[in-house]
Amino acid sequence: MATLTQLPPGIREKYEPVIGLEVHVQLLAATKIFCGCSTRFGAPPNTNVCPVCLGLPGALPVLNKKAVEFATLAAMALNCQIRETSIFARKNYFYPDLPKGYQISQYDKPLAEHGYIEIPSGSGTRRIGITRLHLEEDAGKSMHEGFPDSRSSYIDLNRTGVPLSEIVSEPDMRSPDEAYEYLTRLKEIILYTGVSDCNMEEGSLRCDANVSVRSRGQEKFGTKTEIKNVNSFRFIREALEYEIERHIEVLEGGGRIQQETRLYNSHEGRTYGMRSKEQAHDYRYFPEPDLLPLVVDAKWQEEIRGMLPELPEARRKRMVSEYGITEYDAQVLTVNKTLADQFEEAARAAKSPKRVANLVQGELMGRLKAKGLEIEKSPISMKGVAMSADLLESNTISSKILKDLYDKAFENGEDFSAVYEREKPQQITDSAALEKIIDEIIAANPRQVEQYRGGKTTVIGFFVGQVMKASKGQASPGLVNELLKKKLDSAT
Amino acid sequence: MKITDQDVSYVADLANLELTPEERTRMEKDLNSILDYIDLLNELDTSNVPPMVQVLSDKAGSAKFEHAFRADELRPCLPHETAMQNAPDTDGDFFKVPRVIEK
Repeated sequence: MATLTQLPPGIREKYEPVIGLEVHVQLLAATKIFCGCSTRFGAPPNTNVCPVCLGLPGALPVLNKKAVEFATLAAMALNCQIRETSIFARKNYFYPDLPKGYQISQYDKPLAEHGYIEIPSGSGTRRIGITRLHLEEDAGKSMHEGFPDSRSSYIDLNRTGVPLSEIVSEPDMRSPDEAYEYLTRLKEIILYTGVSDCNMEEGSLRCDANVSVRSRGQEKFGTKTEIKNVNSFRFIREALEYEIERHIEVLEGGGRIQQETRLYNSHEGRTYGMRSKEQAHDYRYFPEPDLLPLVVDAKWQEEIRGMLPELPEARRKRMVSEYGITEYDAQVLTVNKTLADQFEEAARAAKSPKRVANLVQGELMGRLKAKGLEIEKSPISMKGVAMSADLLESNTISSKILKDLYDKAFENGEDFSAVYEREKPQQITDSAALEKIIDEIIAANPRQVEQYRGGKTTVIGFFVGQVMKASKGQASPGLVNELLKKKLDSAT
Repeated sequence: MKITDQDVSYVADLANLELTPEERTRMEKDLNSILDYIDLLNELDTSNVPPMVQVLSDKAGSAKFEHAFRADELRPCLPHETAMQNAPDTDGDFFKVPRVIEK
């Protein structure tokens, strides 16, 4: 990542960054917020349009009930208070992708306020406030490059009117890392509620960042800049790093920060001021006369609250105590709801849920890490882990064999069941064959035999190890123990 | 006078209007007379009256507002040709407008 000229040591520490984030998530309704046009991504340009979303004169908006439910559900998951009566407002500005000349949004009476997200910070957690969550319609898409007529912009209005929730944080974050954590948690929570797919490539999650710096100890915020057009959480962290250093450098040089919107160029790793006509933002909000107040009363709120799933943080805590896994593994296993569901389903179906958890932790994670694989791409599914756990539990395979099978599964990119069925590792459960091995080992280690018979019975571990080694791990450990004891005890 | 020529230019700019000097003078006069009338209304003390954005009472609960919603059900869109037919400029797929981003 490109940086400015390195700040002299100690200078960075004199300043405290202040970061606030605005996130737009597209709600997974089938139709737009104010008309029955499809919200499907990727349709041919200007085919999902009607008089309402084209902004034709006389067309009237009618609110999509599902969009309200989804936004309310998201707000509840983010610990917001729901406003029983919220008001839609017109935000007036001119841009070709907004055919009406105004965006229908919410202003002084948004759907929800006063929420928070907890993010890990140091050894504990830190609470990042959420100022508000409101409903609004998306604008269309304007394209300027790659078309034959370079003096024109090309407009596709399929996206116009797609339902969005805008989620505005308090300026509570103090480092790019905290901003990154906040976004990660926010996305995770929204994904759990199922109200958005949060797909950044398709624009169903978008983020703008406000950042300023102030001298440590100073109460008053510095002048902020807004960073737009960043399409991954990693780039947001980088853009913030860059912008913070830029602010400090300007201030240290005796200059002043100009309040402006800047774009991040991820190839160059730097931000640029937008060279648009300097125009004061004056949206002249006023209540939308074409829509009634939005009333989400206590009864409806309760219905929506009933749809709230167990949220990731609560789930992690429960999984740690229920399966005895580490916080870190709970984190990895809850990276998305599907995976966590699969794990829990497998664990509960297995004879010992704890053993499933142990195998995930002890055998699966390390191999994934070594291969640089995300857990979603694991060749061994959660069902496979559960199967191996049961085989281990019933002494059908030894842990040595299990390790071999896991290795093979990772080599071939196969699930555990496939490898197991093919290899069908033959456990030596034939007593006669085992006894032969045991006899040889007892004969070859007279000193240990003496120790055992002298009362040091823990030496049996040594014998088990030797037998397993001699049998290439294929002896049934239960049987080996039993036979060894019998032989060592009886031959006195 | 509350509204100056500068205010008129600013508001015209926000409204994407180009006004001639004569029109600006007329607007200045009109806007000032509107604000004078607002002053008259402001003589009434409304500090204890909550602002009303709709005449319907919002005390009725969600059920009373059920008619304000539609179900999340697809309805036919306009045929593409119909949607484009009044466009001042199009390449057949997109609406074309004068370029909005400076190179």
